Amino acid sequence: MLRLLNRSKELYKYRVLIQTLVSRELKARYRGTILGFLWSFLNPLLLLLVYTVVFGFILGARLPEFNESPKLYALFLFCGLLPWQVWFAAAVLESSNVLLIQGNLIKKMLVPTEILPIVVVISNFIHFLFGLPILLIFVPILGKAYTPYLLFLPVVILVQFVFTLGISFLVSALTVHFRDIKDILVNLITLWFFSTPIIYPLTLPVIQNNKIVHTLVQLNPMTHIMWGYQNCIFYGELIRWKRLGVTFLVGLVLLIFGYYIFDKLRDSFPEEV
Amino acid sequence: MHAIKLENLTRIYQKYSAQHRFKTFKSALLKGDLFRSLRPDELVHALDDISFDVETGTTFGVIGENGSGKSTLLKVVAGIAKPTSGRVEVRGKVSALIELGAGFHPEITGRENIFINGIMLGLTKKQIHERYDDIVRFAELEEFIDAPVKTYSSGMYMRLGFSIAINVNPDVLLVDEVLAVGDASFVPKCLDRIDDFRRRKKTILFVSHDLSTVEKICDHVAWLKHGRVQTIGEPRRVIDAYLQDVTEKAEDDFEQRQQEIEQEEHFEETEERRENRWGKREFEIKKVRLKGLEGKEKQVFSPDEGMIIEMDVEAYSRIQDFVFGIGIFNSQGILVYGTNTLLEKYAAVEVHGQGMVVCRMERLNLVNGTYYLDVATHKRDGYPYDYHRSLYSFLVSSRLTDDGIFRPDHTWEFSEKIRMKSYVRHDT
Repeated sequence: MLRLLNRSKELYKYRVLIQTLVSRELKARYRGTILGFLWSFLNPLLLLLVYTVVFGFILGARLPEFNESPKLYALFLFCGLLPWQVWFAAAVLESSNVLLIQGNLIKKMLVPTEILPIVVVISNFIHFLFGLPILLIFVPILGKAYTPYLLFLPVVILVQFVFTLGISFLVSALTVHFRDIKDILVNLITLWFFSTPIIYPLTLPVIQNNKIVHTLVQLNPMTHIMWGYQNCIFYGELIRWKRLGVTFLVGLVLLIFGYYIFDKLRDSFPEEV
Repeated sequence: MHAIKLENLTRIYQKYSAQHRFKTFKSALLKGDLFRSLRPDELVHALDDISFDVETGTTFGVIGENGSGKSTLLKVVAGIAKPTSGRVEVRGKVSALIELGAGFHPEITGRENIFINGIMLGLTKKQIHERYDDIVRFAELEEFIDAPVKTYSSGMYMRLGFSIAINVNPDVLLVDEVLAVGDASFVPKCLDRIDDFRRRKKTILFVSHDLSTVEKICDHVAWLKHGRVQTIGEPRRVIDAYLQDVTEKAEDDFEQRQQEIEQEEHFEETEERRENRWGKREFEIKKVRLKGLEGKEKQVFSPDEGMIIEMDVEAYSRIQDFVFGIGIFNSQGILVYGTNTLLEKYAAVEVHGQGMVVCRMERLNLVNGTYYLDVATHKRDGYPYDYHRSLYSFLVSSRLTDDGIFRPDHTWEFSEKIRMKSYVRHDT
């Protein structure tokens, strides 16, 4: 434990490097594209469009919750889609590859390895931040009002950050030894996406009436994080402190556990990547 | 005062078997041996109980064959790899030229990469700003610095990497064979910079296969063999010992190969052997031996050594017309030297029964390489009794890498104004 603490202290010294690597990632991502940085805004917009057309119009999922209005449904969707797709899923999938892709850095340079998953999580977080104003602009356009509860957004973001980082540590370290985690993960994330209330609300009768399903959904930490976003932006309600607090603790334990595993395996990275 | 101090340094690599690589997470979960499969199958001692000090301000060379642990040693000193046991102590700022441009991102420009690489090597942004012009000038990349690094040639890539690393201005510089890829004009420039380092009394740990450079720039040299320090000390002595070992190994290899060939022939009486030998064998060459001048049979010679070719021959009837000939060919099939007793004005009188012919060469004067020997008995008009085409071979090996097919005995002399320093012992 003390060792981990010392390690994270040492990490602080590398903040400039983390910052530089993040900006490198951001710069490199849209190099060679015509629209360049605009893609950071366009991507979430297109994502929203696709999901709204498919679920709002084609499948006609007009729930009473949203007054049968595709516009409100679209906004609801956006609240969960943005943090999930642009940040969480992207970061976790990228982490599963990052040590292998950046193997050169691990083998040839004196760079603390844990920087790599951290950079992945942060750079995807920044993409999420770029998308956030788009989401907020659409709140009045799609028929909702701003509420003071928006101010609680940073709390939800913090919880998601801790949780995502924990998973990223775990996934990036294990993939070095088990390459197929990458492929399993793609499917797992999709399954996880559909079992988290993102394209449907938590108030869905199927969830509320079936005890087992209800418990399962409540046990999913991402449920509470997504719910947090929906509360702050869509419902305009106070976030559920207790549940989010427990989720935060779960995230913290996961982070420590993930970092511990990462630290245990770190010496094997240079030979295996 | 020492800049680098190694105490009983051991580094064990965990080697996973090939089978392990294909083991999947799924199967690990199913068999319930997730943690067992994270355990290595075999341990390899890359470094085995290494202890030495490098004094501040000296240049220390590390030599050894591939896989002897040189690079691992450098990585451990750099802190990239952790020692399994033992201690490493390094005083001052370290910069490692292990692989140039290792941290470059291909999509972004040279300029941006300078900043990122500089920070990775431990510079602050301000320091990079100050040294930016120097870095670009030294790398000779003024025109290309705003192009993405992926458009660079490998030479440009290397130059930029070297330029950044050398401008970190460390107290301890670790150099690993990086100069092997540079072009003819850039390498001297790099060596100049390294020289400059030495003059400023910085410490250098230099790993290289280029023994002449090692001998030239190093104050002390360690020779690693199978992860252990074999010899340590004054460069010339260590390098000689190393070369001795390499030559012995080359001899062993050569002899082993020779034996293998012989065995093969023994079993099959190969086509090739028959093809490479012709004549009716009225006057047969039964056996050929290569010996050193001291009379010991051998197959590896140094260029300044002599060689004795012994042929056991037998004539099955009285023969009055016969000539002994030899020819030495290099590996490209070029005749290096050929002669026979007729050319050298020996007139055959008569032979019957067994006998031995000896050709004694006082000095081979050949350059490094494998040579093939033709021997023959034939009539004056060329009719062969027994002709052996390239059936015998020998190896010439030396530490000089001169070129050509023949090495005349030679010396160099320089008039007063020309100052030269020899860094190789010229005992030939």
